[in-house]
Amino acid sequence: MSVQTTDYTASEIRSPVSFVANRVFIYGALVFWAFICLFPIYWTITTSFKTAVDVTQGHLIPFVDFQPDWKGWRSLGLSPDSLFQTSTVREEFLKRFMNSVITSVGASSLAIIIGSLAAYGLTRYRYHFAWFKNEDISFFFLSQLILPPVVLALPFLVLYREVGLLDTRVGLILLYTLMVLPIVIWIMRDQFNSIPVELEEAALVDGLTIWGAFFRIVMPIALPGMVAAFILAMVLCWNEYFFAALLTSTDAKTIPVMVASQTGSQGINWWSMAALATAAITPLAVIGIALERYLIMGMTAGAVK
Amino acid sequence: MAEQTLPTNTWPANGVPSDLIAPGRKRLGFALMAAATLGLLAVIALQTLYKTEVTTLGFETWRPVVYAYLLWGVALGVGQVLTRGEDGQRALFLLPALLFTIAMVIFPTLFGFYIALTDWNLSSFSGRKFNGLDNFWQMLADPYYRNALFNMVLYVLAVFVEYVIAFGLALLLNAQIRARKFFRVVFLMPLMLSPVAVSWMIGKSLMEYRFGPASTLARTLGWDNPAFFSNPITARISIMVLDAWTFIPFMMIMLLAGLQAMSREVLEAARVDGATPWQTFWQVTFPLMLPVSVTAVILRIIFKLKLADIIITVTSGGPGGATDSVSSFIYREYRDRSNVGYGTMLAMAYLIIIVVFVTWLLKFATRFVRNVN
Repeated sequence: MSVQTTDYTASEIRSPVSFVANRVFIYGALVFWAFICLFPIYWTITTSFKTAVDVTQGHLIPFVDFQPDWKGWRSLGLSPDSLFQTSTVREEFLKRFMNSVITSVGASSLAIIIGSLAAYGLTRYRYHFAWFKNEDISFFFLSQLILPPVVLALPFLVLYREVGLLDTRVGLILLYTLMVLPIVIWIMRDQFNSIPVELEEAALVDGLTIWGAFFRIVMPIALPGMVAAFILAMVLCWNEYFFAALLTSTDAKTIPVMVASQTGSQGINWWSMAALATAAITPLAVIGIALERYLIMGMTAGAVK
Repeated sequence: MAEQTLPTNTWPANGVPSDLIAPGRKRLGFALMAAATLGLLAVIALQTLYKTEVTTLGFETWRPVVYAYLLWGVALGVGQVLTRGEDGQRALFLLPALLFTIAMVIFPTLFGFYIALTDWNLSSFSGRKFNGLDNFWQMLADPYYRNALFNMVLYVLAVFVEYVIAFGLALLLNAQIRARKFFRVVFLMPLMLSPVAVSWMIGKSLMEYRFGPASTLARTLGWDNPAFFSNPITARISIMVLDAWTFIPFMMIMLLAGLQAMSREVLEAARVDGATPWQTFWQVTFPLMLPVSVTAVILRIIFKLKLADIIITVTSGGPGGATDSVSSFIYREYRDRSNVGYGTMLAMAYLIIIVVFVTWLLKFATRFVRNVN
């Protein structure tokens, strides 16, 4: 973790009282909001180790208020003692987990490939298909961002049934690709715009074809941007619920659908729900901590000029 | 966004210029594209005839048509290169995304407009029947749909409160603080979590009426009956809070990037001129941040218009449809009543409303930014 060098200005040093008050306020606010962000996560993780009594009495601190127990994780088949026994719940969970991984990685990859190509073409060449120019084509892609899922959901339900893609991972991958494509194009266009054209011109003079120049010169430079777009797309696909809830039933169900299907039932098993929620959010929490730089890069692309 | 496109003729031509392509190659390309188009049309025609039971020859599902479309796309790409040389290679960059989006958006949307004009209910055996504008008149008389639209207005207005909080947090993170990276990661965390998991973690567990910590806190603070989801007004506010918790980091990150891109000299100059921090913020920081703010708010509104997951999983629209967003209402229209025709009409009407609204919003925002600066 990098420690910021703090260079205080002259006015701040001149009046120490207001300076201290200022510091107290800033750190107080920071800690307060950090608490708001972290407490629900803390609550969920600890609840997965609670028994029924601990939940209903609102115990908060493990080892002080209550004795942690593997109960929640055992019901998922993921606790140390049940890990090597057969468990139908665990199989179900792992299947959903794999579905989530495959659909989100598949959709993000597909979107990165076709999105980067399109973004590159749009930043470097002039197109006109009939009366559509570059600006119109860009607008066409970006305007897909406005399209709410609910508009496509019902037609796709019918179409997927006709083409036999209902409740398949391929079907979900195609829809998720459509969902993240505008964002990928937006980020990559910004990336390619920041790469000087002279590099490719030099490559072309040296005898590369335009596709050769793209793969050997431009792609390596744009790689951080592609990683950023990929991760942002991953996050959106992993968390997607609406399409998955409507278009999958048994085979292709993803983690969010599994989580949601447990919440409706009466007499919730607090510990197992908490364990499930923890398992559902862990992969992205890890990504968020490890690759935060890329996420921020993706989110701020094109925002600041 | 800056345009950096080049006129095609400034490029050194290494591929084959279009006027030097051998006529044989050109003919081959055109023949390929023509054959692929005919093939695609033939498969569609065959399948249509089979499905309408005119012929007995055909496929079980429409999937071969999808494959035919893929092949057609490939043939089109090859044909472009064959007939147009380097120009064709350039077109190849754009073609996959274009063909994909057209197939996935234009066709389903047109199909959706057709479904919207039928009385299709999946639970009835009579199948779909064209019923003109019946769904439309039913929609106009539907108080629940109107209520959902009204809720969307409230939810969109909540974006401005989120914006104020996000701006505050961005200012905090931009101040001279230690452990900035730690706080940034922590503040970003809620955005990473799936809304469905969040619904459970906060909506169903933290805000649980009997023993959720949020309810306990509310009781300690003097609210005797902290039922977050039983009264229409508190239920709406709770949904807004849940959604805000997840999405505030999104705006915060954009605003933080804007703050960091601001030149230090301007702020320094304001300080030298003797401006108080309060004046500096309103006279310098805020106006300079306006373009970023507008982008952040508009993007957030666009995301807000899709709000559904949290409502479906926490309240399922209750109490009495009070918290319904348009998306969650249509979702239940399909899930509970299998009413595909009517649900699609509602969705299409919503699409038209938000396209008009967002277009107006973009126009208004451009003018607003220009007038202030």
